[in-house]
Amino acid sequence: MSLTSDYIKQRLAEKFGESISQVEESFGMLSFAAPKDLNLKVMQFLYDDEELQFRFLTDLTAVHYPNRTGEELAVVYHLYNFKERVRLRFKVYTSIEDTRVFTATRLFESANWMERETYDFFGVNFVGHPNLKRILNVDEMTYFPMRKEFPLEDQTRTDKDDEMFGRGGHIGI
Amino acid sequence: MSEQQHITLPEGSIERQTQTLNLGPTHPATHGVFQNILEIDGERIVSSESTVGYIHRAFEKIAERRPYYQITPLTDRLNYCSSPINNMGWHLTVEKLLGIQTPKRVDYLRVIIMELARITDHLICNGVVGVDSGAFSGFLYLMKYRELAYEIYEEICGSRLTTNIGRVGGFERNFTPAAFEKIERFLKEYPAALKEFETLMNRNRIFMERTQGVGPISAERAMNYGFTGPNLRAAGVDYDVRVAQPYSSYEDFDFTIPVGTTGDCYDRFLVRNAEMWESLSIIRQAMDKLKDLPSDVYHADIPAYYLPEKSAVYTKMEALIYHFKIIMGESDILPGELYNPVEGGNGELGFYLISDGGRSPYRLHFRRPCFIYYQAYAELIKGAMLSDAVICMSSLNLIAGELDA
Repeated sequence: MSLTSDYIKQRLAEKFGESISQVEESFGMLSFAAPKDLNLKVMQFLYDDEELQFRFLTDLTAVHYPNRTGEELAVVYHLYNFKERVRLRFKVYTSIEDTRVFTATRLFESANWMERETYDFFGVNFVGHPNLKRILNVDEMTYFPMRKEFPLEDQTRTDKDDEMFGRGGHIGI
Repeated sequence: MSEQQHITLPEGSIERQTQTLNLGPTHPATHGVFQNILEIDGERIVSSESTVGYIHRAFEKIAERRPYYQITPLTDRLNYCSSPINNMGWHLTVEKLLGIQTPKRVDYLRVIIMELARITDHLICNGVVGVDSGAFSGFLYLMKYRELAYEIYEEICGSRLTTNIGRVGGFERNFTPAAFEKIERFLKEYPAALKEFETLMNRNRIFMERTQGVGPISAERAMNYGFTGPNLRAAGVDYDVRVAQPYSSYEDFDFTIPVGTTGDCYDRFLVRNAEMWESLSIIRQAMDKLKDLPSDVYHADIPAYYLPEKSAVYTKMEALIYHFKIIMGESDILPGELYNPVEGGNGELGFYLISDGGRSPYRLHFRRPCFIYYQAYAELIKGAMLSDAVICMSSLNLIAGELDA
């Protein structure tokens, strides 16, 4: 049996009902979001279910959307089903004031460093992580550099008309 | 008969027999900048902790301010043993976002370059496994052919290690007859060297004793740890992005995916060797397929994203406009969100790209296979000897550039 997006959507809707949101399919990959306190339940369900079997955590990262009040940070999981060769994108949103999200390390060992990286760059606080400390940046760092409030170039420069060179002064979608 | 006495020993004399050893960050045996803090009992490793980030260069942050074509050189510096695969992976990601269909000839030329890169990647790794187990000569036999492969890159794009090869839509120029000659020479001469290397190593008793049962991992643990590529296949899982989700016309080629059983250093070594033979066969097939295709096609017809011919820039208005827009980074990219993986030298190299329709990505994340499987290293070497830890590290093919991004 081949695992179709419609079937996955249907199973998720049966199990979690209204909690599943932003269901969309782009470039051949199903993507959906869930409330952040459900992230482990959703992943456990996708992992355990005999037909879904999303048992490989391909990637874990975060995205910062400074203009989305209350859900500034999106934690993005990419899951994979080896048998059916199906990929899935799963997001949880968290506010930037309270960045607590449950850790996936109990389910996937691979989440360990990926969560440390996400913490290092975005400041997502993974609750229950065995060793949540900075991984690529220096330990003394006090900020989270991949957030959009840290532009790569000085946005106040006036000697160069930035409009001519890529993105202008604005940040965020 | 004397009465039994309680012997009191000074603190730290015998109770604490383990000692801490820093393997790295710059140690000749680590082939890159990694630090491993080992707790060793004699020569046996009790526990270890890996520290990474010594050459972190913030590529993901830099990419948020660069036009798309300026991100290609950043990808070079991920796994620099097979940078063409990274470049192609990035081009394929942007092409997928823009919905560009590349001509078959471009796909096959890309396949040739990617498989060549896979061979250079694997030959370094396997050569170094030999070096770390005391067999230096095999490394030198193979190294000669990496030089030849680099000459092929040089013929195509002008550089050798960090190649910046190809453009979105195809290649910057057509392959020269000299490039094809060199590829033919590589196909003719490399099998003999690889055969010799295998004769030296594969059934060598000393080499087998040094690598068999060292750093093994079960298929289940490997998947849980996020292993991909040759390291996962050595554990017995036949996962390969080229087959699972074909890109760049890989579905047109006939090749097998070698798998191991125990996931130890010896299996990883054999899987990489077998993959080099498969890559040679793929290059051969691609060279044969090229004969039936028009020889002047080397890029897709996408004037808004592909730099026009220089002569056209001087004589045609449209070409000048596109040239200016591309060089100044003014060509807007469609909005979209996608994850596009390719089979890199070390495993699944993924590009998670979010575009908001601007000139540079809103967010670009590299799924770097090294970074993900390196966290298993502590488990792999637990209880092993110090010298085994060194072999285990080289057989995982850790590339510092990919680890830290």
